[in-house]
Amino acid sequence: MKQDILLQVDDLRASIDGKEILKGINLTVRPGEVHAIMGPNGSGKSTLSEVLAGNPAFSVDGGTVDFHGVDLLALSPEDRSHEGLFLSFQYPVEIPGVSMVNFMRAALNAKRKYFNEEPLSATEFLKLMRQKRAIVELDNKLASRSVNEGFSGGEKKRNEIFQMAMLEPRLSILDETDSGLDIDALRIVAGGVNLLKTSNNATIVITHYQRLLDYIKPDFVHVLYKGRIVKTGGPELALELEDKGYDWIKEEVDNK
Amino acid sequence: MNKDKEQNTTPGKADKTPDIIGEVTGGEYKYGFTSDIPTEILERGLSEDVVRFISEKKGEPEWLLDFRLKAYRYWLTLKMPKWAHLDIPGIDYQAISYYAAPKTKSDAPKSMEEVDPQLIETFNKLGIPLEEQKVLSGMAVDAVMDSVSVKTTHKEKLAEMGVIFCSISEAVKDYPDLVKRYLGSVVSYRDNFFAALNSAVFSDGSFVYIPKGVRCPMELSTYFRINAGGTGQFERTLIVADDDSYVSYLEGCTAPMRDENQLHAAIVEIIVEDRAEVKYSTVQNWYAGDKDGKGGIYNFVTKRGLCRGHRSKLSWTQVETGSAITWKYPGCILAGDESVGEFYSVAVTNNYQQADTGTKMIHIGNNTRSTIVSKGISAGHSQNSYRGLVKVVSKAQGCRNYTQCDSLLLSPTCGAHTFPYIDVMNDTAVVEHEATTSKISEDQIFYCNQRGIPTEEAVGLIVNGYAREVMNKLPMEFAVEAQKLLQISLEGSVG
Repeated sequence: MKQDILLQVDDLRASIDGKEILKGINLTVRPGEVHAIMGPNGSGKSTLSEVLAGNPAFSVDGGTVDFHGVDLLALSPEDRSHEGLFLSFQYPVEIPGVSMVNFMRAALNAKRKYFNEEPLSATEFLKLMRQKRAIVELDNKLASRSVNEGFSGGEKKRNEIFQMAMLEPRLSILDETDSGLDIDALRIVAGGVNLLKTSNNATIVITHYQRLLDYIKPDFVHVLYKGRIVKTGGPELALELEDKGYDWIKEEVDNK
Repeated sequence: MNKDKEQNTTPGKADKTPDIIGEVTGGEYKYGFTSDIPTEILERGLSEDVVRFISEKKGEPEWLLDFRLKAYRYWLTLKMPKWAHLDIPGIDYQAISYYAAPKTKSDAPKSMEEVDPQLIETFNKLGIPLEEQKVLSGMAVDAVMDSVSVKTTHKEKLAEMGVIFCSISEAVKDYPDLVKRYLGSVVSYRDNFFAALNSAVFSDGSFVYIPKGVRCPMELSTYFRINAGGTGQFERTLIVADDDSYVSYLEGCTAPMRDENQLHAAIVEIIVEDRAEVKYSTVQNWYAGDKDGKGGIYNFVTKRGLCRGHRSKLSWTQVETGSAITWKYPGCILAGDESVGEFYSVAVTNNYQQADTGTKMIHIGNNTRSTIVSKGISAGHSQNSYRGLVKVVSKAQGCRNYTQCDSLLLSPTCGAHTFPYIDVMNDTAVVEHEATTSKISEDQIFYCNQRGIPTEEAVGLIVNGYAREVMNKLPMEFAVEAQKLLQISLEGSVG
């Protein structure tokens, strides 16, 4: 059964500037699954994604994370990426003067180097870029533009999904990818994510709203509150939250 | 739980920023070797006799000796300038040898066989092949070791088109009229302290003349190498582009790693006639001193071009990564109507390096235009200053200047400074100045890391992106080298 598990998080605790944010997270993700993580503001949703990706701003205070047999927490952020972890950032940063071509080529070739493969030729690379950008309907000006510089909110999120398509991760974490998107951009982004879904990879969708889940159908919905997953259910849980808000869950937890 | 651990890791994080950058910026200098070449070195010290010795050694005509002596006597009346934002230790001008030359079988080697194999090897190590057949097609090289030019390639081919490319010593012998007419015409020996010193003791350098209507078919390149210890290098470059001509000229430089500081005081003069264009690119990689600021080259250079012709154009592009101290302001005197001056600069300082560099754009002709793009990158404990003058004289109508001056800070202990001087005497001028200061954020590094790009490479990528506007101005062969250089001067082993 163990080999069926892609990500196994056990009792994960993490803090920033001495403040404990994650207070014992348990989560199991299998290939082919989509997990939604919801919860009120400040519950630790973004922290969870940053900690899994290895952001050095956070310190891990306990727990284990097994990623297809690899001790994830022992790896550098770049090796986590090579091993197949992808984070679609809530606020993708701008890197002025660095073209998307140079950036993606550095990323892809770093991964190939990790697996002792030759770097891609320029022709192969550009062909791959052409194929992948079509998935999120980005035009060919993308290649020469600097990473996220001057991109609209929607373009930035599409650019994240484009990078996900290029890197073909085993596990993608989408951190509030729906925030700041109009309905058309949301449709394109969700369409891209669905297109990239296979029975071998998995997706964790972090969101505040049911809206995104209309497009990306989750198998499991988790509610994160005060640094713990306090409730897990099927897609119907998201609908219930949409309807009733978080107060009833807060009460349940706080009264315990 | 784990309170101790938490407290250890969290504050540690704040300190980690300079750590990462420190590791990344701790790159080693790769050209620090010394070649064991029999060298003739003049005894240390400076006097009229030394000036006479150099002139005699080179078999110079009377007028040139006079020029040197006038410069020397004037220099004696000067004090070293103190206005730059530099902490310059006292330089003992009597402790420097003013002439050092690799010994060769004859004074100027006529063919490759006459060049010391060790010399060829040295330049090979630097990636500058002197054998004609190995030279990159489309580039001619003049190699200057210490005080003399050791080899100029492709001379014959260029001569067919009337292009003169040779060492300045040869030019004095073979083209005395041209040299006499132009030498000191843009940078007078009275210009400044270091110009006076150079005019007195300059030993070699390159001379370029592009005749009327000729587009120079290849990049011309001079490669400067200081090898001997206890010496200074004082070269002089003179470029004349006659009407309707074009040339792209490249300059590179390296020196061995030594604990002592060595002085480099050069002059570059450029004359651009009607509708002619000169592109002058420099990749300056003199030894910068070690991590604690010991050793390194003191680089005091006067570079100026005179756009004398109508619609003439001069473009300076410089990538400065070396030297312990850099003092350098390549400028354009825009005398011809509608002439154009450009200055594109990337200056990197690391460890204890100091740079005070920028440009002077002097608008004298009508409708003259100038563009200045300066990108400073500071790391370690270095100090990096931009100093630039934009001057428009009262009779110059319709002049334009655009200046963009950016600083990138890679450590909390470095400094970036901007000293713009704007002196406009004519109402019709439009002068713009933009300046920014930024640093590489942890978020940018983490974003790159998350995509699989290791920190060291990420810093290189971000720095190159920041400098892209200037790097794009370099000729192809140089751009790749310069890009690597940027990376090397800021790289180290990330743990």
